[in-house]
Amino acid sequence: MSRPYAKLPGWVDYGLIPIINLLVAFVFAGLVVLLVGESPLHAAAVLVEGAFGNGQNIAYTLFYATNFIFTGLAVAVAFHCSLFNIGGEGQAYIGGLGVAIVCLAFDRILPWWLIFPLAILGSAAVGALWALIPAYLQAKRGSHIVITTIMFNFIAASVMVYLLVDVLKPAGSMAPQTRDFLPNAQLPKMGWMLEAFGLSVRSAPLNISFLLALVVAFLIWVLIWRTKLGYEIRTMGFSPKAARYAGISETRIIIITMMISGALAGMMALNPIMGDQHRVQLDFVTGAGFVGIAVALMGRSHPAGIVPAAILFGMLYQGGAELAFEMPAISRDMIVIIQGLVILFAGALENMFRPTIQTIFASLSPRSVGLAAAKGEGA
Amino acid sequence: MAFLDVLTQLIDATIRVSVPLLLACLAGLYSERSGIFDISLEGKMLAGAFAGAAAAAVTGSAWLGLGAAILISIFFSLVHGFASITHRGNQIVSGVAINFIAAGATIILGQAWFAQGGRTPSLTGSARFQAIELPGAAAVKDVPILGAIYSEILSGHSLLVYFAFLMVPFTWWMLFRTRFGLRLRAVGENPAAVDTAGISVAWLRYRAVICTGVLTGAAGAYLSVAQNAGFVKDMTAGKGFIALAALIFAKWKPVPAMFACLLFGFLEAASIRFQGMAWPMIGKVPVQLMQALPYILTVILLAGFIGKAIPPRAGGVPYVKER
Repeated sequence: MSRPYAKLPGWVDYGLIPIINLLVAFVFAGLVVLLVGESPLHAAAVLVEGAFGNGQNIAYTLFYATNFIFTGLAVAVAFHCSLFNIGGEGQAYIGGLGVAIVCLAFDRILPWWLIFPLAILGSAAVGALWALIPAYLQAKRGSHIVITTIMFNFIAASVMVYLLVDVLKPAGSMAPQTRDFLPNAQLPKMGWMLEAFGLSVRSAPLNISFLLALVVAFLIWVLIWRTKLGYEIRTMGFSPKAARYAGISETRIIIITMMISGALAGMMALNPIMGDQHRVQLDFVTGAGFVGIAVALMGRSHPAGIVPAAILFGMLYQGGAELAFEMPAISRDMIVIIQGLVILFAGALENMFRPTIQTIFASLSPRSVGLAAAKGEGA
Repeated sequence: MAFLDVLTQLIDATIRVSVPLLLACLAGLYSERSGIFDISLEGKMLAGAFAGAAAAAVTGSAWLGLGAAILISIFFSLVHGFASITHRGNQIVSGVAINFIAAGATIILGQAWFAQGGRTPSLTGSARFQAIELPGAAAVKDVPILGAIYSEILSGHSLLVYFAFLMVPFTWWMLFRTRFGLRLRAVGENPAAVDTAGISVAWLRYRAVICTGVLTGAAGAYLSVAQNAGFVKDMTAGKGFIALAALIFAKWKPVPAMFACLLFGFLEAASIRFQGMAWPMIGKVPVQLMQALPYILTVILLAGFIGKAIPPRAGGVPYVKER
């Protein structure tokens, strides 16, 4: 890759620099809090208390984190193939359709443990199909995947509004949503896990799709770093020319990668729909698809980074809701700013501090940055 | 005559809704022609709309509102430039970040400063850009057809509408008839050649993103200070992305960009005007289909079924000297 930067020790690359970037993002978020006339430190304290203060708060934090693990993995898988799937939002929204079809069709006849796998397949299949068209257009016709996936977000929103208003809405109902699922299509709560630690979770919607998210994160690690397909994906992402020379089909890899990505985004729909609301509502994704971008960038596209990053954003979501009670001036939209700042500093400006850090390391111990240090930047 | 009335109203509405698209689309043209992809048109427009309405509400002057809109929009453009030109970051990622920062900040600051649920106070009088009557518009109103065209369609828009449409020939002239324009196009195709000629790639690209900032600021101000009387949260509602679609549709050329924006504006105006109406032959068209049509058309175009859209060759690639 054409990185005009010298090599740094691994712990700096994967530890120090991301943490510095994250800190800078939060400093700027603190400035916004100052601008609305509140104390950033107090706000942070309220936020952490609201996210981890009691069993119910922790359960909510993990509930939101579940969404972000799925969407973060979706973006990350595409990143490994150097594709930018900005369409997670739309794929997740449409994925809700797969969940809805399975649940509405089977909730009278099958038990939840049969409906759940079917719903996983349904959401993944619909999400994957929604990603297939942009993938095909990128692979075969060279249309830029970023633009097509943005367009598909809007198209997905229109399709879902149409379906919910005109097709899926039960007769005689005013609200644009499907009928409530019967208990057979509702996922078991996971409160017991926290209650085992003596915490009370009350009605928090944390459910077994959290476990599913962790399993999927592990499977994605296996896929990317331990299988032939993963190797091909990473090769394609690193150097399409090398991949072509090695006989890897560009079309095949792009389409497969995007379909995996779309499937992961689609599976996000399981958590809010089957685990919490028990029906499909308008806008149930509420930006989780976009949070996935921040999560993937922060987690450096590695499942071991994505899970903590998702929990961090789950904390911001849950803590942010509590914060809005305490400080009415800071509504939940604060999260959107923080998300933007994290994307900016951990993503677009990820190399901002690198030259400085490099200089510091070069002066401390020239050997740690290799011979390149003598020539400095551009080596 | 009823048909003619509907038609003039429709064209009038088309012009009104096309203006923010057109300004944002031309804004994107400068940036993308210089090799900087910009998906943050939406965010900059939103930030501009908020700053414009806020400044106009506080000072009571639409012009100061426009100035504030342009300044904040340039600021975000420079952030985008700082990330993608100076630090060679990913331009898409930077654009996404700006969209989020703008979306969140306008709501938080709006609520903190004005406490009206994210709105700014209603603008009245000189705090808004008022409609301009072209000379003689009232006099020729009764002349059949031509009079209607002049008085209903051409006359009676705010200043920014005329500014937007004048920017089309100006942008064409700037890009294709000036030295700056030639260099701007060159830096988007082959920055190394521009660099070899002794011209600073970074400075040229910074100037391009500043042009983008000016125009997205104007687009935002049009939304909140001219078309509407104040800012409401998320008021751009995807217009920045439609503008981006129009830019691709127009193959990064100014005059086709105008027609693309008018087309997408027409779709929007028509979907509002004919909502729920049954069409001969087709029957009732769902309003969602009309709303999605610009996006669907763009995807079809991108797929190469209506001519091929070829972006500037160096677009999205950070320029690294001496490789």
